[in-house]
Amino acid sequence: MDFGTFLVQCLNSVQYGLLLFLVASGLTLIFGIMGVINLAHGSFYMIGAYMAFALSPLFGDQFILMLLGGVVLAALLGYVLEWAFFSYLYQRDHLQQVLMTYGLILVFEELRSILVGNDVHGVKVPPWLDGSFALGSLMSYPWYRLFASAACIVLAIGLYFVVNRTRLGMMIRAGASNRDMVRGLGIDIRRLYRIVFAAGVALAALAGMIAAPMSSVYPNMGASVLIICFVVVVIGGIGSITGALIASLLVGFVDTFGKVLFAEVSGIGVYVLMAIVLIWRPEGLMGRKT
Amino acid sequence: MMRRLNQFLPLLCAIALAVLGPLLGPYVSDLIVKVMILSIFALSLELLVGMTGLVSLGHAAFYGIGAYATVLGSGRDGGSVAWLLPLAMGCAAAYALVVGALSLRTRGVYFIMVTLAFAQMAFFVFHDTAVGGGSDGIYMYIRPALGALDMENRSVQFYAVLGALVATYGLLALIRRSRFGAALAGIRVNEQRMRAAGFPVYGYKLGAFVLAGALAGLAGFLLASRDGVVNPELLAWHNSGEVLLMIILGGLGHLRGAVIGAVAFTLLKELLSTQGLVGPLADHWQLTLGLAIIAFVALLPKGIIGIAGQLRARA
Repeated sequence: MDFGTFLVQCLNSVQYGLLLFLVASGLTLIFGIMGVINLAHGSFYMIGAYMAFALSPLFGDQFILMLLGGVVLAALLGYVLEWAFFSYLYQRDHLQQVLMTYGLILVFEELRSILVGNDVHGVKVPPWLDGSFALGSLMSYPWYRLFASAACIVLAIGLYFVVNRTRLGMMIRAGASNRDMVRGLGIDIRRLYRIVFAAGVALAALAGMIAAPMSSVYPNMGASVLIICFVVVVIGGIGSITGALIASLLVGFVDTFGKVLFAEVSGIGVYVLMAIVLIWRPEGLMGRKT
Repeated sequence: MMRRLNQFLPLLCAIALAVLGPLLGPYVSDLIVKVMILSIFALSLELLVGMTGLVSLGHAAFYGIGAYATVLGSGRDGGSVAWLLPLAMGCAAAYALVVGALSLRTRGVYFIMVTLAFAQMAFFVFHDTAVGGGSDGIYMYIRPALGALDMENRSVQFYAVLGALVATYGLLALIRRSRFGAALAGIRVNEQRMRAAGFPVYGYKLGAFVLAGALAGLAGFLLASRDGVVNPELLAWHNSGEVLLMIILGGLGHLRGAVIGAVAFTLLKELLSTQGLVGPLADHWQLTLGLAIIAFVALLPKGIIGIAGQLRARA
């Protein structure tokens, strides 16, 4: 592998890892704070991607505006879903949460099939991000992928700021470390839950929207992302945003370079990584010992 | 008297099936064979979830590995049940040993995610590599046989599967009464206390995990012998979800719950995709199935077996 290829693959790894981080951070927060294991989280990624497919003709060149519109819609969806469905799951055990959110996946997938059909659709890259730039003398790298990475970095910094520097973030961190204590301190935990859930849905959908022009949109695209995000959460440690970030990037690198170096068995790489982490630190890189 | 009858009900059902077997038409008989295979699969998971309290979301991997081992091991001239069956169960148990050893280092929701992830890894092995014919799967030339036990013969198949179901059910019923089963129940109720009492908890859980994997491999062997074809979809995670649903639907903590759940789930799926019953919704059975799952889990957390108890509690 020459240096140019290496550089391109590194950029791809970071870009894929950051995208995973957007989905996984919501998943880990929702579990860390509400204690809900949400199998339907991958569906929100899928919904985001299909939103990009549906909205991009309406918004034309205004790609950023479309992302903002999509985020608002997704947050609303998350808010309503939390109120109508997920708020009833908190008192249930994990087994029932697994099954009910599994049922929800079937509902979302079938609704998708009814509304859009089962074809694979492409989503156009906005014209101002079309094309690629030269990287050395032989390689080039698409502008859109660079934009995707940049957008994810901005979001990750924003998330870090909100979680570590604001009053809301303080409540979120407190909720992740001790739910009952937060409730005991008189914080409106239901409102906190609703906000965190809506934010998680919005992040996953945003990841889907950003990914859509690169990966196109297709049925069951949520399931594969969900399982990889579980791997990320297990590696990073549940409830830890920093852990999710480190784990996402690790998974991004292992997966991307696995595809280049060992094409045939590339699907296995991230699971081997997970196995190693389980042997070494079963509670995850940033998880607390229980 | 009623209690005794209740105790022997599963055995009576098996005898009734054995007697009625030759009278059934090919469609019904084939459906029953499928449900019986699913029942064995569900029973193997019941050992983990209901008896030990380990929620695994990756059980389809062992089912699929058993099926693949059967087809890959049988070759052009077919193979003997005498070594294909141990091969299928052995391969499934071996993978269960690896997955169990790693995933049992975690607990609760981690365990759910880790088992799911390792099942997905097995799925990718069969889906992406040429080992098992890639995403198309592979056909079996001749079904396994051993003397008169020839799986090519439909009625032999029926009795072989019925026998396997009775054996699995009996084995698990014995385990429930054994010291091993009592230890598993203790771990389910209070793992900390069992550890304090000096039980090697990890070893017991791993034992249950491997045995459950081997029994799922048995179900996989029977499925491959029935269908004569395997594909990676067998290991897909929605299969793990469905079998988990079956044991909940029937009623967790009862062996018969697993069988009732397998029957009920198969019927539910058939009903929801029948044009005559649900009209145009039949094309969208996933939607109605999803809603039905949510409603069932919300309203009947104790499963079909628990309905009587729930009604009594309300009255």
